[in-house]
Amino acid sequence: MMALDEKDRAILQALRGDGGMNAAAVGKLVGLTQPAAWRRIRRLEEGGVILGRRVRLNKMALGFDVVVYLGVKLAAKGRVSLEDFERAVCAIPEVQLVQHVLGVYDYRLKVVARDLSDFERILRRRIMTLPGVGEVESNVMLSEVG
Amino acid sequence: MQVDDVDRRILRHLQDDGGLTMAELAARAGLSNGACWRRVEKLEAGGVIEGRELVLDYRAMGYAVEVFLRITLDKTVGNAFDAFIAAARDIPEVGGIQTLLGRVDIRMDVRARDLAHYQEIYKERILALPHISDVEALMLISEVKNTGALPI
Repeated sequence: MMALDEKDRAILQALRGDGGMNAAAVGKLVGLTQPAAWRRIRRLEEGGVILGRRVRLNKMALGFDVVVYLGVKLAAKGRVSLEDFERAVCAIPEVQLVQHVLGVYDYRLKVVARDLSDFERILRRRIMTLPGVGEVESNVMLSEVG
Repeated sequence: MQVDDVDRRILRHLQDDGGLTMAELAARAGLSNGACWRRVEKLEAGGVIEGRELVLDYRAMGYAVEVFLRITLDKTVGNAFDAFIAAARDIPEVGGIQTLLGRVDIRMDVRARDLAHYQEIYKERILALPHISDVEALMLISEVKNTGALPI
């Protein structure tokens, strides 16, 4: 674990707003010189706090109108079936997020689809046929509000 | 805006590696630097590329516990959604608030330093939120896949 001070947190906050900013722009926002901001960003990267940067695409502009969160229970538990399930579910390109969780479900998935009939196809052909899959609950995302 | 096959090729390479320079991106997409730059500019101006985002490791920042809450609201109250969301936004440890269509109404993430800290947030802040009729919690054990990549 890495100890973060107020400046580090301010830098992360700034970069969370716009991950494409360079050290000079970040420095200006948080009150540091460009080299000082650069050194701190570098330290956050080396300390494993910043794992990387990725491009953010507009889903709607690319024709993906539907985001669905799924709760999945496994029917048959056991080490082998967990590994088989994880390998198979990660290979589905429409599945963006796979989280192993503790609670009423075993896994939480985020699925992107072009529309509801595309989602139905993914659900029936890809998700319901996963090894060991049991009960599946779908919640369609309406909005991201905070 | 119209996105053609060449644009999609550029976007696929950008999704694979967000840290590519324009020259590297052009080489991978099989374009000249100028042609690649013009297309990226156009995709940014057209709002297809929204920007860059950080991938953060909250555990490395000292937040060892991540819990996903799934909340059902009391819909007999007229402004339940708005009142709930406004109050939830004020809790610094809460993020990723989404409204859903399904068995639950709202989902949101809570990040805490440890279980004692989580319990404190849950008891003092979450349960104090207005118009909750049911809360379900899923605790993150491990993240098996996390990509923002679209199947384009």
